[in-house]
Amino acid sequence: MNLPIYMDNASTTRTDPRVVEAMLPYFTEIYGNSASRNHAFGWGAEAGVDRAREQAASLIGAGPKEIVWTSGATESNNLAIKGAAQMYAKAPMGSEGRGHIITCIIEHKAVLDPCKRLEREGFDVTYLDPGSDGIVTADLVRAAIREDTILVSIMWANNEIGTINDISSIGAVCREHGIVFHTDATQWVGKMPTDVERDNVDLLSWSGHKIYGPGGVGALYVRRRRPRVRLQAMIDGGGHERGMRSGTLNVPGIVGFGAACEICENEMESERERLLALRLKLENELKGLMDVVEVNGHSERRLPHLTNISFGFVEGESLMMGIKDIACSSGSACTSASLEPSYVLKGLGLGDELAHSSLRLSLGRWSTEEEVDFAIKAIHEAVEHLRALSPLYDLHNEGIDITKIVWQSH
Amino acid sequence: MAYSEKVIDHYQNPRNVGSFGASNDVKERKDVGVGIVGAPECGDVMQLQIKVGDDGVIEDAKFKCFGCGSAIASSSLATEWIKGKSVDEALEIKNTRIVEELSLPPVKIHCSVLAEDSIRTAIEDYKRKNGQPVAADAGHGHAH
Repeated sequence: MNLPIYMDNASTTRTDPRVVEAMLPYFTEIYGNSASRNHAFGWGAEAGVDRAREQAASLIGAGPKEIVWTSGATESNNLAIKGAAQMYAKAPMGSEGRGHIITCIIEHKAVLDPCKRLEREGFDVTYLDPGSDGIVTADLVRAAIREDTILVSIMWANNEIGTINDISSIGAVCREHGIVFHTDATQWVGKMPTDVERDNVDLLSWSGHKIYGPGGVGALYVRRRRPRVRLQAMIDGGGHERGMRSGTLNVPGIVGFGAACEICENEMESERERLLALRLKLENELKGLMDVVEVNGHSERRLPHLTNISFGFVEGESLMMGIKDIACSSGSACTSASLEPSYVLKGLGLGDELAHSSLRLSLGRWSTEEEVDFAIKAIHEAVEHLRALSPLYDLHNEGIDITKIVWQSH
Repeated sequence: MAYSEKVIDHYQNPRNVGSFGASNDVKERKDVGVGIVGAPECGDVMQLQIKVGDDGVIEDAKFKCFGCGSAIASSSLATEWIKGKSVDEALEIKNTRIVEELSLPPVKIHCSVLAEDSIRTAIEDYKRKNGQPVAADAGHGHAH
């Protein structure tokens, strides 16, 4: 086992060497512009892009013509949300609004920030609060729908806590009301079975670097039939991607994206089971070794490979310092000027002391049981070391509820 | 974030960890001053306890800290510096000296401020218990 070990696959993944192999010829041999229709270099590049489009579409149950290449999930989300809002903007009778959008408080910033921009441009946005389990249900969405609702954007699985939303039912509610439904599926696609027909999805974003593909390339699924969804382009130019996203295609990146999708489709089932067993081991052993260890978000409706755990009475950044051989993320953002813990954990209603005490550990294709065992031991030792230093742990052991103390804030 | 060697050393081998008894017991002891500053929602809580001799010299100091590595190092360092000093000498320790000693980056300056606050709060607690005047009862402010 080599140190440090990588448990931050929800941030990005190692590019699969098979993907790199597939990409290489497109740098040095088949290097044409895929839009060049008059020579073999262009035809070769176009063939590579077409194959990738089929591989990407197959992974989500779509047709190849429904895939729009982008630079990543952030761009896909921007194009979906702003593009649909601009296209379907409408004001109810006697109103000066431009339409209503529904999203959720624990979405990724790449969804929240486009929604905030649209608010400044005259759209109304409702931010649903999923409550302590982090799950957005169809009932929550249904209750927020108004006469002028034009778009719903709800992530498939949450990037910080791994909870899975009720996408199929939310899609059905949107379909029933004739509302465009977008899902940021960056953490979901490639890891879990996806079918945009069955799940009533109109727009779906995902990214290459989260599925063992290259960075800098993403895709947006745009439904073409029943109903056809139209978007206003954000980037104008040569009219590529059916006018929805101009710009010369990143052919090696797209080929890699396609190869990554195909590998995910073939290996998903066995990988899911293997990673689920490892994650459950990680969670259960840590909970067995120490008191006040909480897994954040719904206990069952969650991604197999991702966990977010709070260790009471220790601060996340110091915990990270104690486990320097494990690459992972902390829910604490003590380095930021605001000293605010993660808005996602706070959105679940987690107490500040627990929101500051969390680690996100995300396993991936090359995670091993040996690494999980190493992580359990290292985290256990670091938490014990820090609890021996923690005034809050002393108070807890004296039977004092730290949430009832009036602290001298600074 | 890259930590200085001194921060890492204090994190791994914190000096003078502990307390002079359970929180309710030390409240009664006139020779012990307690300073607890910060708040869990800010991600830092520092607890500093000083044990003061009849001559007004800090004989011993203990700390506990919930916070990042820089906060732990700042409070650990504070205990080292105040031991053997009179309470009035200890009040002279400024957070900027802690910043220099530990090479704290700007985002971690608040950790040194907390350490300075914990020293002052502990000394004020000691002085109040012993009927001595306390300078800064009116409160204080820091830019951070």
